[in-house]
Amino acid sequence: MVNLIWLIMLVIGILISAINGQIEIVTVSAMKAAELGVEVAIELIGVMSLWLGLMRLAEEAGIVKGIARLFGPVVRLLFPTLKPDSPALGAIIMNLSANILGLGNAATPFGLKAMQELQKENPTPDTASPAMITFLALNTSCITLIPATIIGVRLKANSANPTEIIGTTIVATGCAMTSAIIVDYLFRRRATK
Amino acid sequence: MKAIAEISRWAIPLLLLFIPVIAFLRKVPVYESFVAGAEEGFNTGVRILPFLIGMLVSIRIFVDSGALNILAHWLQPIFAYFGLDSNVAAIIPLAIMRPLSGSGALGVATQLIHQYGPDSYIGRLASTLQGSTDTTFFVLTIYFGSVGIRKYRYALKLGLLADFIGLIASIWIVTKTF
Repeated sequence: MVNLIWLIMLVIGILISAINGQIEIVTVSAMKAAELGVEVAIELIGVMSLWLGLMRLAEEAGIVKGIARLFGPVVRLLFPTLKPDSPALGAIIMNLSANILGLGNAATPFGLKAMQELQKENPTPDTASPAMITFLALNTSCITLIPATIIGVRLKANSANPTEIIGTTIVATGCAMTSAIIVDYLFRRRATK
Repeated sequence: MKAIAEISRWAIPLLLLFIPVIAFLRKVPVYESFVAGAEEGFNTGVRILPFLIGMLVSIRIFVDSGALNILAHWLQPIFAYFGLDSNVAAIIPLAIMRPLSGSGALGVATQLIHQYGPDSYIGRLASTLQGSTDTTFFVLTIYFGSVGIRKYRYALKLGLLADFIGLIASIWIVTKTF
């Protein structure tokens, strides 16, 4: 599926550029995107190191375990396949908390860490485990309390009330997250039958 | 609303204060442990690099070619079919862009907010949509790629479905609220 989408985007993009007589767009875009990939990765190494360092402290001090125990009942409901003391739980909870608070660049390191921990418990290393799929569904549809970036854009565009969209955003993400949880449950049940 | 904004402002400084202090009180060698944990950051960054570049190149060529506007044009009758204001069609490029590219979607949203005004229907809808859904397709490919997962099973279907429901919910709540 991903292979196909990747190819389709590439082919359609090149064909349309050719039809429009602007084939040079393809060259420029490809080079720029490749450079951007390195920039993003280098930036990520910085934030990632910071948060993983902090997370190691939290782990050794027993804070991660404490948080995982606190959210235990909810997490067991959402991730029935995970062990109750799984080391992935701390990273999952930190990732979702960062998402909820709108701290995007703190969320990614915890998310990648959570995936590494989930992969250690995955019996089929080339295939997504149910816990991974649930985690990604929650991660991408997570409730957002502070859409900080877009509030900034509205502020710059001289909005009379830049924060008025916080309420609508919470409702919209709430709907998306609730349906993601329900549909994930249905898919998972169908897959294990 | 103000309280939430304050929590967001204080969250990181407080984490940076309390985690090391608590760890120190529990006899953890704080600096050495921090460095040991941070070491992992480099490997992860390097591991996701090829996935980042692969996806960014394909998405960027697709977006820069103008394919998005053509696709949006095709999808317009579907919106009309559901009896939605023809105005809403202006949001289609953003809705398609959102799962693919974070910076791309922010660019489209910013342009819509400036073109229609931040306090217009489209401006509010674009703001809500931008704040409420994630770069699902992109996140999935990078996260799965970083640990070597090749078969996603129903993950992509599920993520994009949630995005679609987020879109419908955004249109509904913005129409109802303002």
